[in-house]
Amino acid sequence: MGVYSDKVMDHFQNPRNVGEIENASGVGTVGNAKCGDIMRIYFDIDENQVIRDVKFKTFGCGAAVATSSMATELVKGKTIYEALEVTNKAVMEALDGLPPVKVHCSLLAEEAIHAALWDYAEKNGIKIDGLKKPKSDIHEGEEEEEY
Amino acid sequence: MGEEKRLIYLDNAATTKTAPEVVEAMLPYFTELYGNPSSVYSFSQKSKEAITKAREQIAATLGAQPEEIYFTGSGTEADNWALKATAEAYRSKGNHIITTKIEHHAILHTGQWLEKHGFEVTWLDVDEFGVVKLDELKKAIRPTTILISVMFANNEIGTVQPIREIGEIAKEHGILFHTDAVQAFGQLPINVDELHIDMLSSSAHKLNGPKGVGFLYIRKGVKIRSFVHGGAQERKRRAGTENVPGIVGYGAAAERAVRTMKERTDKERELRDYLIDRVLKEVPYTRLNGHRTKRLPNNANFSFQFVEGESLLIMLDMDGICGSSGSACTSGSLDPSHVLLAIGLPHEIAHGSLRLTLSEEITKEDIDYVVESVKKIVERLRSMSPLYEDFMKRNH
Repeated sequence: MGVYSDKVMDHFQNPRNVGEIENASGVGTVGNAKCGDIMRIYFDIDENQVIRDVKFKTFGCGAAVATSSMATELVKGKTIYEALEVTNKAVMEALDGLPPVKVHCSLLAEEAIHAALWDYAEKNGIKIDGLKKPKSDIHEGEEEEEY
Repeated sequence: MGEEKRLIYLDNAATTKTAPEVVEAMLPYFTELYGNPSSVYSFSQKSKEAITKAREQIAATLGAQPEEIYFTGSGTEADNWALKATAEAYRSKGNHIITTKIEHHAILHTGQWLEKHGFEVTWLDVDEFGVVKLDELKKAIRPTTILISVMFANNEIGTVQPIREIGEIAKEHGILFHTDAVQAFGQLPINVDELHIDMLSSSAHKLNGPKGVGFLYIRKGVKIRSFVHGGAQERKRRAGTENVPGIVGYGAAAERAVRTMKERTDKERELRDYLIDRVLKEVPYTRLNGHRTKRLPNNANFSFQFVEGESLLIMLDMDGICGSSGSACTSGSLDPSHVLLAIGLPHEIAHGSLRLTLSEEITKEDIDYVVESVKKIVERLRSMSPLYEDFMKRNH
């Protein structure tokens, strides 16, 4: 569609790690259908707090699918603290950029990682330093320009 | 370059291919008869005559007088002009305008602008098929109502409005009636007298004419001020040197559209119905948006639950299919199409819409290819959708 980089198109057409994990260590769902994007990330985390496996499902535009795919790639095999360092900027850079109107998709990916980590922490009764309770709606406070 | 990819263009509500006979009619006015129609010498008279001919061709298709056709640069300009100039000219009579919630942005945003400048606008609801409710229209009329503007047919869901009835209501109450006929002109027969239309907007590129030219029909006797100030073009109402090749092209396109209307739209209607029937039958959790029969001959609009429109469009594009969607991601805002919300669709279903608009060049074989592609893509996107996952877990 012209507006996306080759990397984005690649991750949209051949998304990595699509699917579900049964009895996942942590699941995070963010976004809402009202705004047209919902992202769900599943983690399988081992006893050393390493993300052994990761899967996602996304309802959303091409950028939403591609950022989910890239985010799963960036956290796979990492410790939960390393995963916490994966920012929306890192996801965007790894995709060779996103059109300005799609930047919120990368924020959604970051939020989805945090939400899945939060779920893992809650299930295991632990606290992950630096992890804040994720917002469920990343569009909060966004306003449309008047003209 | 590699092998040429199959291209199935199903976005004729966005724009159409300029017909070769239209291009041929236009060509002399670029390099041979390029004179300014306002000049005195005989060389320029040819340009002037060409405009006169186009005006006559268009007027004839509407049952209008040639001097009631005012050329503009686009349908959007015609819509802006109709609303803003009427508002200004009739302000002493009143400040109330009635329109609908499903208008094109050219009317929607102009109406919102007028609201900020002292006018009151009633935005009529539509029913689940996108049809204006006539009793609500009647109830909305006030002594201060100066204009009713209702689109002839909707650009997204294709619903055709009861224009004659609306025209009659407007006439009974002595209120001006404008219709945005950008999608309908050339697709449906229109007679401005029979339908009681006082103003009508249209755009050439929707009916196999060139881009960059439209017109506003203004019934004789309607007070309407100049919208673009400058020279004496268009009876001093719309200044600026005329787009002579464009206007010539519009005349040729309008003449062609009326000449071919019956055969062309019969064919489109048949294939449209075939497309609608197959998609509704073969893709589960799908709905048709708009009215089943009161719709443009070439328009099909579906909502596929649990999938998002832009993803669908990109995947269709990879199969060489051009379509459009009312999802937020394609509208440049966070909200899905105002039209789909106005017919009562929840946001998540509005996000999963797909509009396919046919042309006379589309074949049954093309439709078969498209249906197979849509089935495959919707299935794939659903397999990735958390909404579908939740739905299946709830129901199985």
